[in-house]
Parts: sequence; structure tokens; C-alpha cells
Amino acid sequence: MSRISTGLLAGLMLVLSPIATSAQQPADPAVIAKGEYLARAGDCIACHTAREGKTFAGGLPMKTPFGTLYTSNITPDPQTGIGTWTSDQFYQMMHSGRFPDGGLVYPAMPFASYTKVTREDSDAIYAYLRTVTPVKQLNKPHDLTFPFNNRSLILGWRTLFFREGEFKPDPTKSAEWNRGNYLVEGLGHCGMCHTPINALGGSKQSQAFEGGLIPMQNWYAPSLTSNKETGLGDWTIEEIVDYLRKGVSAKGAVYGPMAEVVYNSLQYLNDDDVRAMAVYLKGLAQGGPPEKASTSLPSAESSLLLSLGKSIYDRDCASCHGATGQGMPPDYPPLAGNQSIQMVSSVNPVRMVLNGGYPPGTSGNPTPHGMPPFAQKLSDDEVAAVVTYIRTAWGNRGEPVSARQANELRAATLN
Amino acid sequence: MAARVLACAPCHGAEGEGTSDAYFPRLAGKPAGYLYNQLIAFRDGRRKYPPMNYLLEFQTDDYLKKIAEYFASLRPAFPPPVPPVDSKEILARGESIVKNGDAQHGIPPCSACHGQTLGGMEPGIPGLLGLRAAYISGQLGGWRYGTRTAFAPDCMQIVAGLLTEDDVKAVAAYLSSRPAPADPSFAPRGSLPMPLECGSEPH
Repeated sequence: MSRISTGLLAGLMLVLSPIATSAQQPADPAVIAKGEYLARAGDCIACHTAREGKTFAGGLPMKTPFGTLYTSNITPDPQTGIGTWTSDQFYQMMHSGRFPDGGLVYPAMPFASYTKVTREDSDAIYAYLRTVTPVKQLNKPHDLTFPFNNRSLILGWRTLFFREGEFKPDPTKSAEWNRGNYLVEGLGHCGMCHTPINALGGSKQSQAFEGGLIPMQNWYAPSLTSNKETGLGDWTIEEIVDYLRKGVSAKGAVYGPMAEVVYNSLQYLNDDDVRAMAVYLKGLAQGGPPEKASTSLPSAESSLLLSLGKSIYDRDCASCHGATGQGMPPDYPPLAGNQSIQMVSSVNPVRMVLNGGYPPGTSGNPTPHGMPPFAQKLSDDEVAAVVTYIRTAWGNRGEPVSARQANELRAATLN
Repeated sequence: MAARVLACAPCHGAEGEGTSDAYFPRLAGKPAGYLYNQLIAFRDGRRKYPPMNYLLEFQTDDYLKKIAEYFASLRPAFPPPVPPVDSKEILARGESIVKNGDAQHGIPPCSACHGQTLGGMEPGIPGLLGLRAAYISGQLGGWRYGTRTAFAPDCMQIVAGLLTEDDVKAVAAYLSSRPAPADPSFAPRGSLPMPLECGSEPH
């Protein structure tokens, strides 16, 4: 490069530098506060903070069917974090799933949802992340199996499953509905779990929010559509709001991976936003007829299971969940008419019986009641019997469960 | 509180008295600070036992403190001591380590920190009676191999590292053979001159 053009370049840099460094100026406190709120709505902390690790410094292992990914450091440390990123580059990552150098981001980062986030909101999150304590911590290399360690495969995934584009409000709907749509499908990235995942790790948009088994975790994310049998059809707006913010409601309590979402994210959202999400969710229509359950057990086995199941229920469950499954909400969820008991997949009720669980401790429910684990008390036959009973008693329309299914879930990863 | 912590009952008993399963410890009457440290360590994954890690993952510090205080306040009857199956020599070796330590190997007596009555000391040092041999040797083994850790300086890791397999067996055999104290109580904070620094028991 000649001396003259170097000089020219230096001059250009000087001219450009005020723009380039404008991002470094401390942002308006109101914008930072908004960014912090939006980062909660996006639940950034859940993945970008390791157990007992520094906040936002990454390093959390995320097991996927393709290998283990390690989340990245998003603190403003210039060497190991995102301290040198501009707001443009941050937006490009959120919106297009590309690193500043153009490299492709693994879709475990929910950019397929975050692409809907507006530029203004992305800038607010960026402004907030610049104010968190910088942590010097190198990102851990991913540990993916062949061929998934080849990043160019992401191109194929993107072609199939990624639709880039900011959220566009639907003028025929209310502002509240549109806000809910924006939060659920954008920052909330609810579809990452509640839309069925196919073998390529992509979400089937034709079945959006119809529920699906979460890979590796062995929990089933239920349908969020308005379907009466499997979805939110019977829930009032108030019940959905309670469920999302407090973690408990008159219809049921959150458990499994959803407990994390309420604990780290939803309990911090304001009433208007949670209500908007509830309004949007309540309006989700089912794309096709619900998946039909197939009875895999001979009826003789089912009826044996049922009589054994009732005696176990009366002995171990009825004192909290009631003789007729009515529960004592919100602390003891009802089982009669509870979708998460009778949906096609029996994974969740089997796991609750085996592992028990606590709803998250939230500001609306700081000292939750815990359900005891029964894994060591009940045999596989007994677990199958009691789950079969609660899935079919009191008008519930679930299918029987086999001892083999119960046995398989004893090995499910707990934590 | 009893209803809220029903989830603990299948393994630890309805009043934290322990169950017939030797591996699940008694919780009742241990100092609240000790129980709180364990609950935090399980929640944050530093102490590893998946069923505990899973149950506590999304609970707040405040709630874990309440749970710890609740179990610390309970005084259910102790189970009768298990008749020792080990030889007199092993029990004597255990008693000697518990009461006098082993100066030659730098092992302090258990009673130096856990108290003459072995009832523990507030806020962070647990009592050692009413536990089964399998649990005690399991925990000492966990410290020796680094699968159980406490706040630095981790005094129990240092002490357990000085013990041989035989020492662990002897200590577990002796402690589990002791009858429960008539008046289960822990020593007040700071009342015992501890021979080494412990992160769990700040001065």
C-alpha cells in the first residue's frame, strides 16, 4: 500500500472514528434498563452463565444430539467477550445468525427467533450488555461429532429452517396481541421447545407450538395451541398469566425445563407483557388434528394396571391431589382434566412420579410446595399402574403406560 | 413448612429423622448454617447428587435458608445405634481417631471441631451421630476423591486426605455405633478452638 493511500485511509479512519466509537459512549440509563428487561425476556442468562460461573461469561455445556456446545462469553471483555463488537455487529448476530467476521452461528443460539427482534430492542440489549462486569474467560471449543463439527452444514440448516426478518405487526389484531406475538415468537423463543423438532434439529413450522419432545432432556414440551384436549383451550388468561409469572396456577404448576424459564425470565416481566403473551398464546390455532394416541397395551394388562394404580393413588397421592384428582391449587395441582397428564406423550407424568419436583421459587410464589420423588419407593409396574390410573380416571382421556416406559425414564438425565 | 418440604420426606423422613436407607442422612437438628451450605452446594451443582441437584435447581437463597432453619429446629428421636459388626480393634481405632486424632499422621481429632459430644457447632459444623456407617464412609470417600467439596479452605478435604481406607472404615464404624445424645444440641458459634481454618465456619 502506498504512503499516500495509507494516509488517505488514516484520514478516513479519523473521519469515521466518531461514528465507530459512538457505540462506546455510555448509553441513556433508560435504554440500559430497557435492555436489561429485554435480556430477561430473552433469557440470555440461562445459557450464557455456567453453574457457579460468572454472569454472562458463558461456558455452560449444552448437550445436543450432535455433540456438546459450550455457550459463549457475552460480557464486554474486549479479548474474550464481545467488548469490541459494535451495535451493528450485535444486531447482525441477533438478526442473521452471523458473527462479526461473517461466520455462521450454531442454531442452538435462537437467532431463528431473535431475528424478529427490532433494531431498537437489539440496540437496548446491546447497551445493557456493555454495562455488565467484563469477565476475561476464553470460550471453550465445541465438542461436536463428525459431521456436525463442520460449520458449513449450518448453511443447509439455514436454508431449510431459517426465515430472516423482523417482526411485522398484524394491523388486523390488537396492540396487545401483537406485543404477545412479538415476545412469544421473538425474544421468548418459545418455539425452540414447543414446536416439534425433526431429526435435523429444525422446528417444523407447519406444526408451530403443537408441542414436542425436547432432545436430550427427555421432557415433553406440551402444545400451546388452543386445542381443548392438549393445548391451552380451557385456560383463562388469568391462569396463563399466573402460570408464566408465578410458576403455579389453578390449572397446573410449571416443572422440568419450564421451571428454568419462569425462574430466570418470565417472573421478571411486567404484567402487561405477560398478559399480552397469554392473549397471544390463547389465540394460537391448531394447524392440524391432534396426534392420535395408539393403545399399545392389551386391555387385560390395562385393567390390571388400573386396579393396582388406584390402590397406589389412594395410598400415596390422594392426600395432596385429592380423592378424585381435584388437587388443591395452586400448591397441589389438579390431575383431573390436566392436559400435561393426559397428552399423547406420557413422559412428563412418568417423570414427575419418578423424580418429583419443585416449581421455581418466584416473587409470586417464593416458597413453593415440592412433590416427593417416588423412584425408590415404587417399582416399574407400580409407576406404570399409577400413571395409567391418573391418565384414565375422572374423565381423563390419556392412554395406558407400560412398565417398560417407566423403566426407560429412570435413566433420564435429571439435571 | 412440613407440607412444603414433603419432597424431602421419602429419603430423609417426614421430620428429617432419616429412613431405613443407610445412604440418606438425618437432617434434623443439624446446624442451620451447615444445612444451608449443603442446599446451596446442591442447587449450584458443586455438591453432586442428581436427585438433589434437580429438586433444588430453581429455589432462592431465602427459601433454602427457611428449609435449613426448619430442619435444624426439629428434634425427632434418634434411631437406635446399629450393633457394630466390626471387630473391637477397628472400633477402638475409630474411637481413638475421633477423640484423639492421630498426631503421627497430622490427623486432628473429630471432636476438635465437631465437639466433645459430637453434636456439631453453629453455624456450619454438623453433628456426627445418628448417621449410618455407609453414609459416613461415603462422605469421607467423597472428600478424599474430590467429589464432595466445601468452601475454601476446605478443611474436611484436608482431613479426609490424611485418612487411609482403614481409618475411614474405623471412624464410620465407631461413630455409627454410638448411642444418640440424651440432649442433642450443637456447641455455640466460636466455642471450640478449631485446629484448622474452615471456609464453612467463618470466624
